[in-house]
Amino acid sequence: MPTANKEQIEGRMTDALESFGADRDQIKRDATWESLDVDSLDLVELAQIVEEEYGVKMKEEDMKELKTVGDAVDFVAERAES
Amino acid sequence: MTQRVVITGIGALTPLGVGAEALIERWSEGASGIENGLGCCREYEPTEHLSIKEARRADRFTQLAMVASDEALAQAGWADGPSVDPDRVGCVIGTGIGGIGTIEEQLEVLRVRGAAAVSALAVPMMMANAASGVLAMRHGLKGQCYGTVSACAAGAHAIGAGLRMVQHGDVEACLVGGAEAGITPLAQAAFEGMGATSPSGVSLPFDARRDGFVMGEGAAALVLESEEAAKERGAEVLGYVTGYGATADAHHLTAPDPSGGGASRAIALALADAEVEPDGLDWVNAHGTSTPLNDASETEALKTALGKRAHEIPVSSLKSAIGHTLGAAGAVEAAATVLALRRGIAPPTVGWEERDESCDLDYVPGDARTLESDGRPLRAISNSFGFGGHNAVLCLEAA
Repeated sequence: MPTANKEQIEGRMTDALESFGADRDQIKRDATWESLDVDSLDLVELAQIVEEEYGVKMKEEDMKELKTVGDAVDFVAERAES
Repeated sequence: MTQRVVITGIGALTPLGVGAEALIERWSEGASGIENGLGCCREYEPTEHLSIKEARRADRFTQLAMVASDEALAQAGWADGPSVDPDRVGCVIGTGIGGIGTIEEQLEVLRVRGAAAVSALAVPMMMANAASGVLAMRHGLKGQCYGTVSACAAGAHAIGAGLRMVQHGDVEACLVGGAEAGITPLAQAAFEGMGATSPSGVSLPFDARRDGFVMGEGAAALVLESEEAAKERGAEVLGYVTGYGATADAHHLTAPDPSGGGASRAIALALADAEVEPDGLDWVNAHGTSTPLNDASETEALKTALGKRAHEIPVSSLKSAIGHTLGAAGAVEAAATVLALRRGIAPPTVGWEERDESCDLDYVPGDARTLESDGRPLRAISNSFGFGGHNAVLCLEAA
């Protein structure tokens, strides 16, 4: 798997969320899924992208703990490094 | 006593353009939306009608249904949702195939990138009931909601189902229609492989030169309401669905019964349901696919069901102008029928020139024909027949 830093992961997630229909200006670390109108189907898609690109599995139970963009970026960054 | 059912909204998206007005205006002029042997909705641009999220979560057939239903509901005065109890508003949308564009795309993903890469949106996009579910969510319709699947009769079956729902009092109103976006590599190859589509790429219903149908895509939606409910809220009545007849050929999986037996029974049932004698009928909006078999057997069916009246009234096929929109056809044609009746015309079978021995009725060549009715409301039937031997006929009346 390619090594990835937080900025790269955040950039990739921002692109993904924008492609889902979220407003790019609203996509910040502290933005909640709700505020971006990101629902469970979007999160499943996001998990697929993260797994394919970083080899990190975001399971359903993990998702429940991840409330913001920053939570997800940190989650992926921690596991992508290990 | 059953409820009389009125139409208070009509929407359409077809190869003739975006909107019901484009459909009837251009068909009446004898225009064709077929280019290079296909009836594509070229004027439809998703971003003009849908958000990024709405568009990427909906297969093209559902997108077309969304645009048509937005127009129909806006005309009914329900752009922001129904003004009656939403629990009492149904939604039935027919399709022949459903999200085949999504299926083909995701099959490619599966083959190239593996199972893990198949989109989480694949199922909600490809399922044939996606359009009805999405429309119910989009407009907050909480009564009975499902899709009808009967090939090229699906749109007519959807209207028939909604008609019965309203007549029976299960709901006060029902959004009905059909949608199809089947111009994809697999569907094109499959219809071509069975010899159903036109090798010459020309749609010539009832003409001696016809050699198969031209694939089209599109959607139409109607808002049906009980006459009582519509009057109570002061909605404008555009027309009436007065009768419905549906049968099966039980003859062959794809070929129609040459005698038109199943189709003629459906026509007779629709007229009886509407309590209209053949002499009280002014126009036939035919299924008229441009296949050698359908057009001959439909002609037989009309003669059997209508007797001498079949030779006295005009018979038009919209497929001459837009091709065959498969599961959308029954809804698109019912919409066009009501719009034409409101104008008092029978639009032409575009391009009809050469008489065929097996097709000996008046197919309205050239210009649109003015319909006369001695003051009573104009009436027509809209025929739809599908692979599988499904026959569905609607009797429609101008307001």
